Amino acid sequence: MAIKKSAGQRIGVTILAWVVAVLIFFPILWTFLTSFKSELDAISMPPKFLFFNWTLENYVDVQQRSNYFKFAFNSVVLSIGANLVGLLFAVPAAWSMAFAPGKRTKDLLMWMLSTKMMPAVGVLVPIYLLFQKLGLLDSLFGVGLVLMLLNLPLLIWMLYTYFKEIPNDILEAARMDGASLINEIVYVLTPMAVPGIASTMLLAIILSWNEAFWTLNLTTSNAAPLTAFIASYSAPEGFFWAKLSAASTLAIAPILILGWFSQKQLVRGLTFGAVK
Amino acid sequence: MATQQTATAGRALVSPSVILLFIWMIVPLVMTLYYSTLRYSLLDSDNWAFVGLQNYASFLSDPDFLTALFNTLILVISVLVISVGGGMLVALLMDQPVFGLNILRLMVIAPFFVMPTVSALVWKNLLMNPDSGLFAWIARSLGFEPVVWFTNWPMLSVIIVVSWEWLPFASLILLTALQSLDEEQKEAASLDGAGALSYFGYIVLPHIARAITVVILIETIFLLSVFAEIYVTTSGGPGVATTNIPFLVYKQALLNFDVGSASAGGIVAVILANIVAIFLMRIIGKNLEG
Repeated sequence: MAIKKSAGQRIGVTILAWVVAVLIFFPILWTFLTSFKSELDAISMPPKFLFFNWTLENYVDVQQRSNYFKFAFNSVVLSIGANLVGLLFAVPAAWSMAFAPGKRTKDLLMWMLSTKMMPAVGVLVPIYLLFQKLGLLDSLFGVGLVLMLLNLPLLIWMLYTYFKEIPNDILEAARMDGASLINEIVYVLTPMAVPGIASTMLLAIILSWNEAFWTLNLTTSNAAPLTAFIASYSAPEGFFWAKLSAASTLAIAPILILGWFSQKQLVRGLTFGAVK
Repeated sequence: MATQQTATAGRALVSPSVILLFIWMIVPLVMTLYYSTLRYSLLDSDNWAFVGLQNYASFLSDPDFLTALFNTLILVISVLVISVGGGMLVALLMDQPVFGLNILRLMVIAPFFVMPTVSALVWKNLLMNPDSGLFAWIARSLGFEPVVWFTNWPMLSVIIVVSWEWLPFASLILLTALQSLDEEQKEAASLDGAGALSYFGYIVLPHIARAITVVILIETIFLLSVFAEIYVTTSGGPGVATTNIPFLVYKQALLNFDVGSASAGGIVAVILANIVAIFLMRIIGKNLEG
């Protein structure tokens, strides 16, 4: 460290940093704590921080009354399924841009990125009407298709930046040995790119899991994921904080854990490689 | 190296994605453009007619549109100031030699992973409720009247929630940029006796300027389309106090069934987003060359 700090300063800075971090994290912690309270404790004044009767009844209730697992299942299917299908399109595209670039490759990449910039409301009306005509409203296939297309540019971009880091010589050597194109991608490139593909998928899954424009507008019940499930708690009759907290904890816990694992890739993916 | 064969294969492999994205982007956009020139209500869908630019004229002269445009800009600018300014401070703090940086980083980034519907409802009920929310308790303990957040300060409340969602993003990106600062540069600056302020102004700021720009542009693109937070807390109200352009378009399309007017609004949103996108694309394009 260049600017030397005394031990005292270091402790001071550490305390300040912890206070700030705990404040930022607090709403999540508070939700977590509230989820174990009775409804009465949840709205008690003064608030009960740790000393209340810890109970799991909210978690039981959330499942029994509103079938949490159905929504969770939809979230899992949509976020993993859509991106796995997206991967089938993105891997070959990224391969070709990284290892067989043409004159227009850079323009093509920029154009793909530009599709990400289009605001969803700009196409809400036609997509809604088309889906209505085709019977795709409130279907996992329909919403999944939209989520897949939303993330496709990001998948291609991230994979492209990872593939660029793989030395071309290795692929050429495989080619010399007479590997076909498919063999080259499946047996040579993919194993080397597994870490890159994994972190790309992680980020894409997080984004799809939390996507809340299309999932709210295109689903009602059958295909509704957790974003829509939580939104149903905004109705006045859903005025049960402990249950809202339990449902919220269940909805964010898996993705929070995935997110913590993917911090590094997050920066790279969310800035399209502009900040590494 | 690209032989004729690999070049052909390359085109074949990239075209499925290109075709998909082309259809996804162009077809609905053209349809929106087309609808925006029709008088077309879903309640009376047989009785449609071509009206030219009339939808734009009525949409743009609608006082609700002006309010929504104003709300959109207020929301974007306020959240940018809070999240980038606050994120900068958080990043500078975390860049100091502190104990337990890894745990700190996990806590700070966490809100970014929370789905918008959860953040909005947790803030609205558990924290900002004027009767039994935590903020009300703090206010009363300090001898103040609790603030009736979403009724009396609806826009400010939405801004606070959305800022909490985006502060972690700015912090994380700026911290990453700060940490890539050369140790030697830091050392040289301290040997030259640079004070904290001039060190920040001449060394740190130029180094992270690009990261700041990228954060601002990416956040702007997402903030222009804030929807779920408003949908679950205020439904755009009271009145139109928290209606932004995305919410207005949603209301016209799916609540009022006015396809023509909603489409005109959608096109306005596309134009707004494109103005920002052009700048962002330039920066990323430059990066691609470097």
